[in-house]
Amino acid sequence: MNDATQNAVFIAFQTNDDTRPIIEAIGNDNPNAQITRYPAMVKIDAPGRLVVRRASIEELIGREYDLRELHVNLISLSGNIDESDDEFVLHWNKN
Amino acid sequence: MNTPLAGKRPKTLSLKENYALLTRGLGWDTTYEPMDKVFPQDKFEGIKIHDWNKWEDPFRLTMDAYWKYQGEKERKLYAIVDAFQQNNGQFNVSDARYINTLKLFLTGVSPLEYGAHRGFAMAGRNFRGAGAGIAAQMQAIDELRHAQTQAHTISHYNKFFNGLHDYTHMFDRVWYLSVPKSYFEDAMTAGPFEFVTAISFSFEYVLTNLLFMPFMSGAAFNGDMATVTFGFSAQSDESRHMTLGLEGVKFILEQDPDNIPIVQRWLDKWFWRGYRLLTLVAMMMDYMLPKRVMSWGEAWEMYFEQNGGALFNDLSRYGIRLPKYHEVAAKEKDRLSHEAWATFYNYTHAAGFHTWLPEASEMKWLAEKYPMTFDKLYRPRFEFWREQQQKGRRFYNKTLPMLCQVCQVPTFFTEPDDPAKICHRESDYRDNKFHFCSDGCKDIFDHEPEKYVQSWLPVNQIYQGNCFRPGADPTVPGFDPLLEVLHYYGFHVGEDGGEFQDSPDCKNWERWTGKPGAAA
Repeated sequence: MNDATQNAVFIAFQTNDDTRPIIEAIGNDNPNAQITRYPAMVKIDAPGRLVVRRASIEELIGREYDLRELHVNLISLSGNIDESDDEFVLHWNKN
Repeated sequence: MNTPLAGKRPKTLSLKENYALLTRGLGWDTTYEPMDKVFPQDKFEGIKIHDWNKWEDPFRLTMDAYWKYQGEKERKLYAIVDAFQQNNGQFNVSDARYINTLKLFLTGVSPLEYGAHRGFAMAGRNFRGAGAGIAAQMQAIDELRHAQTQAHTISHYNKFFNGLHDYTHMFDRVWYLSVPKSYFEDAMTAGPFEFVTAISFSFEYVLTNLLFMPFMSGAAFNGDMATVTFGFSAQSDESRHMTLGLEGVKFILEQDPDNIPIVQRWLDKWFWRGYRLLTLVAMMMDYMLPKRVMSWGEAWEMYFEQNGGALFNDLSRYGIRLPKYHEVAAKEKDRLSHEAWATFYNYTHAAGFHTWLPEASEMKWLAEKYPMTFDKLYRPRFEFWREQQQKGRRFYNKTLPMLCQVCQVPTFFTEPDDPAKICHRESDYRDNKFHFCSDGCKDIFDHEPEKYVQSWLPVNQIYQGNCFRPGADPTVPGFDPLLEVLHYYGFHVGEDGGEFQDSPDCKNWERWTGKPGAAA
């Protein structure tokens, strides 16, 4: 077990053009995240907390983005969810 | 409908306010009839709920967004299924053995999607809190979608391969399909809180990543885009369902300390029930995918021991611990798939899919992934069987196995601390003896014997003469009971089951594709 998998939350997406900027944004916003590419699937693990920011995705795709669009290409996740218009956060309460 | 215009973010309610209006805002207390009569099932399990408004919505997906994104998922899915069909994608999978993985999945798991639709429709009706009710009802719609998309995939593969012609008929009768069937019906016949703890939490949150993530990734690796597509499309809904499970369990735990021991018992029970069901998945991952993504052992470590460990660590603040017998599952992880595949190799003549012996390169992979067990315990067995097979003595076991009263898997598992000894437990109840594969299953029986004495165990039913077609006459000279059972199952005998190398599927594959059906 390394740092990223210790008490990790994770999110996994289908591999496609829609998710490329999302994964890039998550990587930028979560320096501790570990991004692993499997056939047809990308899994992102992060210790304790992982944030998906609307503004970071919009910056990369050049259009407005509703975080609920994540659903279309989402495969799985783990962690408690805090969801607002601007951020989608996965976290465990105990570290 | 309040659909946002393209390119413009409407300056309206926040997501939180919007969702609260959909759930709390649309709920009301009945006055013509007392609430207890309208919701008669949410108290008998002993779960105490004081304030349904404390329910945290798992995902704030309002109806406009729900239909919009689900519609988008459907369009993507059917576009790929169409392209797959138009390009004869079924012949581009890694090799024809792979199809058998799919047969097991589509006959064993797809009917559970429909079961989940029914179960969540009932749970949605039975929760008096509007937030929980809406989440469960949305899930019921999702599950129906999954059953439909998988039926489309069955329909396509059924045109080319055997064993998929009547999956609903088989689901209600066939011995190994009684494992998933009885699992789900066990959950559906519980109360609404146990159902959600069983399916949304223990199965979907804790265990389905093991089913969908490596398996679907494996399907992609093996060229099966039709399956990847329905799998990932279903799994994208699954994220919402898993979250319903986690929020549901946290809500129940936070409502009353008396709920904690009840929930812990359910977590123990449904972890073990789900884990036993995943035996079939272990075998699919290690033996049935011609190109493998990860081993069962690795998947167990990643998805249960690490991700599940983090989850239970989080729940420990409620006084919840890891499910009982998780340490037995850890001991079994180097053995599970091998013991299961060996059993199906024995009984494949009575199955709706084919089995085979792993090729030399596959045995090498298995030895690398299971250095502690494979070469020592399983390779010699497979090599002996290969020798027999080459002499024209392919082994088919003609006697029926004993089934576990709870999980309904044949009792082939070995002792947690002795991989050379079959694990067998029994209990006496009302002058009858009942048999189990493990301490986990025995505990479940001992707590609710009235429920599990009613199990419809396929082997016992066969011996009682209940698995013959109407009009079958066992007194006729030459009557072959096993053959009659296979007809009762709706199998096409000589086509659907048996050794892969001898199968019409293998011959058809060679004829249609010019590629070998199986490596020599």
